[in-house]
Amino acid sequence: MIGFDPTDEQALIVKTVRGFVENEVRPQSRDCDEAGALSKSVLSHAHELGLVANSLPEAYGGGGERNAVTSCLVIEELAWGDLALAVGILSPSLLGIPVADFGTEAQQRELLPSLCGNSFEPGCLALVEPRFDFDAANPKTTARKDGDGYLLVGEKCLVPWLDGSGPTLVVAYDEAADSPQLFLVPRAADGLTVTPETNLGLGGLPTVGLALDRVRVAASAKLGGEAGADLSPLLNRGRVAGAAAAVGLARAAFELARDYAKQREAFGAPIATKQAIAFKLADMAIEIDAARLLTWEAAFALDQGRNTTREARLAFDKARQTAVQASDGAVQVLGGHGYIRDYLPEMHLRNAAGFQSYEALGFV
Amino acid sequence: MPIDFELTRNSVLARDHYHKIASERMRPLSREADTQEHCLPDAWIDFWWNEGRTGAPGNPAEQSDGFVTVCIQAEELCWGDAGLYLRMPTAALGGSAVGAAGTPEQREKFMAPFQDSPHPVWGAMAITEPEAGSDAAAIQTTADWDSQTEEWVLNGTKIFCTAGEGASQVEGGFVVVWATIDKQAGRGGIKSFVVPAKTPGMELVGLEKKMGIRASDTATLRFENCRVPQGNLLGSAEVKKKKSSGDKGFKGAMATFDASRPIVAAMAVGVGRASLDFVKEELERQGVKIRYHAPAHALSAIERDVMEMEAELQGARLLTWRSAQMMGQGKPNNLEASMAKAKAGLAVTRITQRAVEILGPLGQSKKLLVEKWMRDAKINDIFEGTQQINQLIVARRILDYPSSMLR
Repeated sequence: MIGFDPTDEQALIVKTVRGFVENEVRPQSRDCDEAGALSKSVLSHAHELGLVANSLPEAYGGGGERNAVTSCLVIEELAWGDLALAVGILSPSLLGIPVADFGTEAQQRELLPSLCGNSFEPGCLALVEPRFDFDAANPKTTARKDGDGYLLVGEKCLVPWLDGSGPTLVVAYDEAADSPQLFLVPRAADGLTVTPETNLGLGGLPTVGLALDRVRVAASAKLGGEAGADLSPLLNRGRVAGAAAAVGLARAAFELARDYAKQREAFGAPIATKQAIAFKLADMAIEIDAARLLTWEAAFALDQGRNTTREARLAFDKARQTAVQASDGAVQVLGGHGYIRDYLPEMHLRNAAGFQSYEALGFV
Repeated sequence: MPIDFELTRNSVLARDHYHKIASERMRPLSREADTQEHCLPDAWIDFWWNEGRTGAPGNPAEQSDGFVTVCIQAEELCWGDAGLYLRMPTAALGGSAVGAAGTPEQREKFMAPFQDSPHPVWGAMAITEPEAGSDAAAIQTTADWDSQTEEWVLNGTKIFCTAGEGASQVEGGFVVVWATIDKQAGRGGIKSFVVPAKTPGMELVGLEKKMGIRASDTATLRFENCRVPQGNLLGSAEVKKKKSSGDKGFKGAMATFDASRPIVAAMAVGVGRASLDFVKEELERQGVKIRYHAPAHALSAIERDVMEMEAELQGARLLTWRSAQMMGQGKPNNLEASMAKAKAGLAVTRITQRAVEILGPLGQSKKLLVEKWMRDAKINDIFEGTQQINQLIVARRILDYPSSMLR
């Protein structure tokens, strides 16, 4: 039956996350962006709330409550706080969800407990490559059989690189399997060159470029073992997570614009009393709600176990466009104040412009 | 209701039932009804009166999505033909007004013919005037109380009255007419009156020739000393002073829109879907597949267009269902209804225009219906509150501004 209300339990989770975001995430937002680093205490408090671990299997210390709709509600709140911190907080899902869905028992036993442990442990996914025609389903990074292992060759970028000890999940085209596969690569592997990068958006999130020059990994490093993994449903989970984050960012930008417009006076009245401003805000509100409902629908389809390629794509495209429009609109409504770094709209706009590139900021 | 996108079994049955009617009964008449404009599409009207209105199959004991199902019906039937949908013999907006503002006795009395009449009957609502459209509080039609005969006497001209021919000319139907009983009182003096069909003094002056929805009778009605009894006033005759808290008459009348806008939004979605379905079928016939998995750089312009059209249509549909679902649960939905209407009206205007563009000569040809859907779609961004009026309502709500602060 068609419905649009979070359950009482979901509402409680949202309330908790929103409180955490207001008290801890938002106050750190600008500082993290300027410093190019994430607040460790925020990451560790988020971990204590179990925001990712709740979705991981109970057998390995997680909450066992995997629900894409609930995850979308959480992600929207986190991104409403700050996108860079949200990605940091969600980063364990970049490793945890693929391993939970496709890992062998040995891989799960080795990797999942540390993501559900007492302290925050990030996840790391090397998916994107530095080229305009990057295709997640058809990466140019290759994995070639080499004896009883694989040789990885290629280049990656926009790899979240938070302090931690876990392996990086590298997406490479497995020539023998003729499909994209995921490989667990230790951070200190021979042949792996790590170069810190700076980007237009997500200033607070440390990311790196990876050069893989014949990086050798054992056969057991392939996610899912010989059978491998199916990347396509994972990409859908990434798109739905990205859509939820885009909605959260858009909402944050909209609220800044709305509140400013009510308080800023020009020609003797708040600028919100002018249709030129008021209609822009109305459009933002409508498009954000439309994007959110599309996102929920895609998440719901994931939870039903259906193929969600179409829904996830449409929701993600809609939501990231909405995020760009809302944050650009917020910069415009604030005018000169929107352009200076004392205010947040310019950061939201820079962050929103990156959704397309990052492909997977987290997984639901 | 928890977040859920699964239709109930009854909604699915209704969808399939009305889809069958749309494709088997409406589509075959679509072009002819458009071309002939003001000719009564008898085959359709008789079918609806004798068979269609009995409703969809379904088990009343099972879960009902109520108002969502009403929207699904509107979407399916407008996927069939929006003009014929508006020409259906129903109480339409007149019925909504009586339902929203009438007493139980008034509802019983005026709605009875829609059950019992031996022949088809229509209802309509007449608000717009030559000099008052979006600004409904500026209407000039007057209703004066004749204490001698205890009747209200209506004088004025109403235009753009959907279903106005049927409602004013066929015994058993009625037109709900907005008029002021005190011009000095502004909106507080505005009341609505049920004027039964064929009441002396109500004259059908003409029917508009329109860009689209040509099967629908859009009437001009002139009221010259048109008398109705006291019991035909919906709500109270008391004139509320401007700015007093009891400005319920006008607001009550405006509240009818919270119920009608989700339906109009659903109608829009139906027309948009007709266009989009055709585009996708035609592309498929020509071997063009939409690659939802492909990266952005690899998409053709048409693939991009179709995906955007799909997302916009589905966004509009979900906003519509949300406003309907709230309505069904008795929650205030003024904001959500206007969001749905604004989104659907514009999205579908663009979708149907894009379909014409994508299909080139096929989009132009009157051998097909794509050009007609473009013409039919546009009205959804105009009637029942224009795009701009709905933006205004949304803006006031999100800013928490009264109408005096945002005009």
